[in-house]
Amino acid sequence: MDTVKYQEGRVVHQVEAIDGHSVEIPILKILKQDGSVYENADMPAIEQELATKIYKTLAFHRVLDERMTASQRQGRLSFYMSALGEEAASVGSAAGLDDNDMIMAQYREQGALIFRGFSLENFMNQMFSNEKDLGKGRQMPIHYGSQELNYMTVSSPLGTQIPQAAGYAYGQKLKGNKQCTICYFGEGAASEGDFHAGLNMAAVQRSPVIFFCRNNGYAISTPSSEQFAGNGIASRGVGYGIRTIRVDGNDLLAVLKATQDARHYAIENNKPVIIEAMSYRLGAHSTSDDPSGYRTREEEAKYADHDPILRMKNWMLANKWWDETQEEELFETYRKDVLAAVKVAEVIEKPAIEELITDVYDKAPEHLEQQLADLKEHIKKYPDAYPVTAGRL
Amino acid sequence: MAQMNLLQAINNALEIAMTENESAVCFGEDVGHFGGVFRATSNLQEKFGKDRCFNTPLTEQGIMGFANGLAAQGSVPIAEIQFADYIFPAFDQIVNESAKFRYRSGNEFNVGNLTIRTPYGGGIAGGLYHSQSPEAYFAHTPGLKIVVPRNPYQAKGLLLAAIRDKNPIIFFEPKKLYRASVGEVPEEDYQLPLGKAEVVKNGTDITLLGWGAQMETIEKSAEMAEKQGVSCEIIDLRSILPWDVDTVAASVQKTGRLLINHEAPLTGGFAGEIAATIQDKCFLHLESPISRVCGLDTPFPLAHEKEYMPDELKTFEAIMASVNY
Repeated sequence: MDTVKYQEGRVVHQVEAIDGHSVEIPILKILKQDGSVYENADMPAIEQELATKIYKTLAFHRVLDERMTASQRQGRLSFYMSALGEEAASVGSAAGLDDNDMIMAQYREQGALIFRGFSLENFMNQMFSNEKDLGKGRQMPIHYGSQELNYMTVSSPLGTQIPQAAGYAYGQKLKGNKQCTICYFGEGAASEGDFHAGLNMAAVQRSPVIFFCRNNGYAISTPSSEQFAGNGIASRGVGYGIRTIRVDGNDLLAVLKATQDARHYAIENNKPVIIEAMSYRLGAHSTSDDPSGYRTREEEAKYADHDPILRMKNWMLANKWWDETQEEELFETYRKDVLAAVKVAEVIEKPAIEELITDVYDKAPEHLEQQLADLKEHIKKYPDAYPVTAGRL
Repeated sequence: MAQMNLLQAINNALEIAMTENESAVCFGEDVGHFGGVFRATSNLQEKFGKDRCFNTPLTEQGIMGFANGLAAQGSVPIAEIQFADYIFPAFDQIVNESAKFRYRSGNEFNVGNLTIRTPYGGGIAGGLYHSQSPEAYFAHTPGLKIVVPRNPYQAKGLLLAAIRDKNPIIFFEPKKLYRASVGEVPEEDYQLPLGKAEVVKNGTDITLLGWGAQMETIEKSAEMAEKQGVSCEIIDLRSILPWDVDTVAASVQKTGRLLINHEAPLTGGFAGEIAATIQDKCFLHLESPISRVCGLDTPFPLAHEKEYMPDELKTFEAIMASVNY
């Protein structure tokens, strides 16, 4: 029986209170920073082909983040968000899924999308909001989405995808196709009402969803110590009756293992799982943020020693699945590719003016058609004021 | 044809929708075995199982977030918000998410299968938290459709159209009429068009426009005016967004006068939007200022419900003032 009508338990006659720390939550670690594996650790299912794909994903991720942050500083791009220092969380978890599982990202999970095979061109077209952007140039850079790759288009308001994931996974369950949904969010978003609503809905309706919290220590400038009291985000899962796993988020093998386990459990039992990946956001929140205003260089240096990509590389080298020549060639190739793709994407035309009124509804209603017609007449009258669209009318 | 009240008509529409499409799922607070606080979902759990008709936890935000996800997945969620007054905790999920899903993704994803049912309006001695008419808040949001039926026949045909429409829809049900309004309703499947107003009665001197439960009020005031020799044309708008400008404008061009009646407060209410559009379309045809008879700019009261309401007397007075302008 899941339902307890009248709580029975150990009876005491003096007040014996418990708090958030009374429930000890273990943390899963498999891989050490030097590339060796903890004794007796349960390894995830991984062979050389998957390991190489994962490592290439991590490498591309870091190059993309470096280059796009630089492009933003050069004024070529309006905005960017890097995931420096926490790449293993999104890549390791995506690698633990089936390609048909749905990914609902917050905004810092480009690693999962790279793993799924989103092309470099697709990344660039979205960031430069040109006419080839799958999202038709409507959202800020980094709001990717792809129906083909089962990656739900990112929405800016925080946490809104958490109850949506509960509903999406419920639909997957009803269809009986043995798929699940993974839903990413940060520890800051876990303060939103949507988090509590979503976890409770998933637990009660028995949705096969993996709630994946990237606890990276900061929500923009707010440290996690000012974000929540109690034992992290994982302890909330316990309260909602949800299977809960805490993992070293910089340990790719541990994240992969936790996700493989979570996926199996979610699908076999039609129940949610929450994974809290402990990490540290080494970079700024976004290109609009400067962490030097709220934390010290000493603090950042301490976490730089936990670089998840270096840790994975050390393991690959120890397995003789990788060498320094391959390393150098790979990074060099990616750097060239990304720069070349920026140059292509930034000169592609903006979406047509007609896209202003498509997709508001399934078909544009008359009042929107009228507004578009009026707007076009206006632009024709003052073409100099609307240089992007005037020449194309 | 059968005699049905408004609740039975809605229940009948839901049953048809769930029978025809096994992806259709009804949920909300108490909608399972109990059939919802007003019994609109009675017997659906027995017929379709607990997977497809179920109680949710008390979380409107959760219900709408869950519904958005379910619709994005391809299922057909028909979510109930127990009272329209309680739709505000879900405001972000509806306004930022449901309404913009298709647009923001470039149609990579959409929640067009979503229908939100919610009882609105006064007349049940419900006071300020069980009587609100929040349609204007949502009418400001591109991407939603908003529908309000006035009787059982309209409710069934419009609800079936709403469930099958490929856009997220808020379907406001006039709860005052749930049991009070009884009429002939075909037992078979039928749909009424969304976005189309209906001319309920032809007339020549003034156009009276409203929706939902206020249509009864408008009809009563028209009868009073007819006795004074005023010929009223009555239009039920039926859809608030998108709304049928052409039908209303054509009527006003004929009658030269327009009165809009709604229960929600006057300031910022949807009547203001209609008035602005119609004076633009019909300026040279207007014989008097467009008149608005609406709720007061106060929270919906308990003791003074009659005083608050834009009732038939207030409407009659406004008709006569317009005609004698």
